[in-house]
Amino acid sequence: MNTFLMNTTQHVRAPLRIAITGGTSGLGLALVEAFAARGDRVAFVARHGDDVARVALANAGSHGIAGDVAIKADTHVIALQIGAALGGLDVLIHNASSLGPVPLALLADTECEDFERALATNLLGPFRLTKALLGSLAAAARGGRAEGTRSLVVNVTSDAAVTAYAGWGAYGASKAALAHMSRIWHEELQPHGVAVVAVDPGDMDTPMHAAALPDADRATLKRPGDAAREIVALIDRERHTAMDPGTSTSAT
Amino acid sequence: MKAASLSVQRSLDARLLHVDAAGRIVHRPRSRLPDLLARGDLVVANDAATLPASLGGHHVGSGAAIEARLAGRRSLAVDDVHVFSAVVFGSGDFHTRTEDRPLPPPLLPGDRLALGPLNATVVRVLGHPRLVEIRFSGSADRVWAGIARHGRPVQYAHIAAPLALWDVWTRVAALPVAFEPPSAGFVLDWHLLDAWRARGIGFATLTHAAGLSSTGDPALDARLPFDEPYHLPASTVAGILATQRRGGRVVALGTTVARALEHAATRPGGLRSGNGVATNRLGPATRLGVVDALISGTHEPGSSHHELLRAFVADETLARLDADLESGGYRSHEFGDSVLVEAALVRALPQCLA
Repeated sequence: MNTFLMNTTQHVRAPLRIAITGGTSGLGLALVEAFAARGDRVAFVARHGDDVARVALANAGSHGIAGDVAIKADTHVIALQIGAALGGLDVLIHNASSLGPVPLALLADTECEDFERALATNLLGPFRLTKALLGSLAAAARGGRAEGTRSLVVNVTSDAAVTAYAGWGAYGASKAALAHMSRIWHEELQPHGVAVVAVDPGDMDTPMHAAALPDADRATLKRPGDAAREIVALIDRERHTAMDPGTSTSAT
Repeated sequence: MKAASLSVQRSLDARLLHVDAAGRIVHRPRSRLPDLLARGDLVVANDAATLPASLGGHHVGSGAAIEARLAGRRSLAVDDVHVFSAVVFGSGDFHTRTEDRPLPPPLLPGDRLALGPLNATVVRVLGHPRLVEIRFSGSADRVWAGIARHGRPVQYAHIAAPLALWDVWTRVAALPVAFEPPSAGFVLDWHLLDAWRARGIGFATLTHAAGLSSTGDPALDARLPFDEPYHLPASTVAGILATQRRGGRVVALGTTVARALEHAATRPGGLRSGNGVATNRLGPATRLGVVDALISGTHEPGSSHHELLRAFVADETLARLDADLESGGYRSHEFGDSVLVEAALVRALPQCLA
């Protein structure tokens, strides 16, 4: 961790204001820990109040918000608390994900409700929360223009969004839609100083991966902390990139 | 005028009454708004998101049902969320006109209020049985969560269906600090922002904690608007100065923007970025220092918002404006039609020529 801090903290910078969904396990938790450790202002969202309280306590200065991005009525309740906790927003990371059916199922065996849950969490949730927080992101972009920084929305996708894996229908289709929505958001929001990127973190050793592939050899999987470091570096890079087309980025 | 009774922010048939700098009045569809501004103008909006500031609950001592409407805060600081001023009603809800709402039980310092998941204590009574300063217990995050989960948008009887937060957040809503929506900003959408950008019309924001517009009590209403904290970003000040240098107009989108900018302009050293608390009232005696034109909702004579228009136009012009709004059947209140009022030429001229 010390090495990481020495490598990335090359100059004094203002703390970023970052919101992360799905922040109590896997990649989301690793992102909360990485940003909190370097002094950024972090608000994170997760469904279970007990987990939220535990992670907030363990990461000094972070703000935990109990809520479910898959529920429409939670959108502004979550957005309000993010704005209130951070006083503004520079980076929004949509990390919360649903596999759809667990165990994974062929599309022909997928219940409609499971497919809808994948869409609600992986596509509609990021759409609604981005929309509700766009005012904050655009305000930060107007404020940062003089320093050459832009605001950022990071959508966590998957190679299942690109490659057709049997059994990954609900998840893969929802993540493919998320990736394409990212590109359209990016086109539309670029003039307002907000960049939208889709990031595939690779196969990680997370509770979600274990739920999807319980028999996987964990030794072959990437550690979430390593993926988080790559995403932190990507965010620092993208924040200072002049507005240009690069929309989809792989962290692997 | 008639009350707009549906919570539609951008009604397709919305209308705009335009008063130009010579006092001429023209009626237009509000969709023509981009045409009425010129390259080099700068629109300044209030990007405050609206809190669900109506908190139902009861007065612990008496058990009586109350509705507390949060009405003011000392600053916009994110952790300054424990002390608020609040207007307290007795039983009932927004379906009853505020004028007809009963008083709360007598409120005394130290009284406890149970407001859903929130617990508050009355700190002091602010010169009126309905107006108190309250203090919430718990961490800042818990207070915010309690307000977010339990609160409802402040609402008046002219709209029958309960409002949701998305009804009262503008498209550019950011920091949640307003107690009622900065509703002039309801005209905004991202398509309009793109249209302005394409025409060389600038857009900037400030954040102003818009307060209650009405309490239903004449003595309290006479004290409106309460003091309102605001934040003026450096990028907005830079945009205003650049606009003035090139001879463009600074257009305030909403009365709260006009109030904040004119307050900031009168501080020592002139217009500077940072935090302030607007304590000013704009009216006939105001000499506008920054704002050249105002886009606003339609306002009834006698309200503080209507009084503010007297800073922009002569009373004779305002009387014609009121008559035209009335005879034209314009819709009033937060989801109603709009006016674009350019400051009268005689006011815009330098003093030596006026």
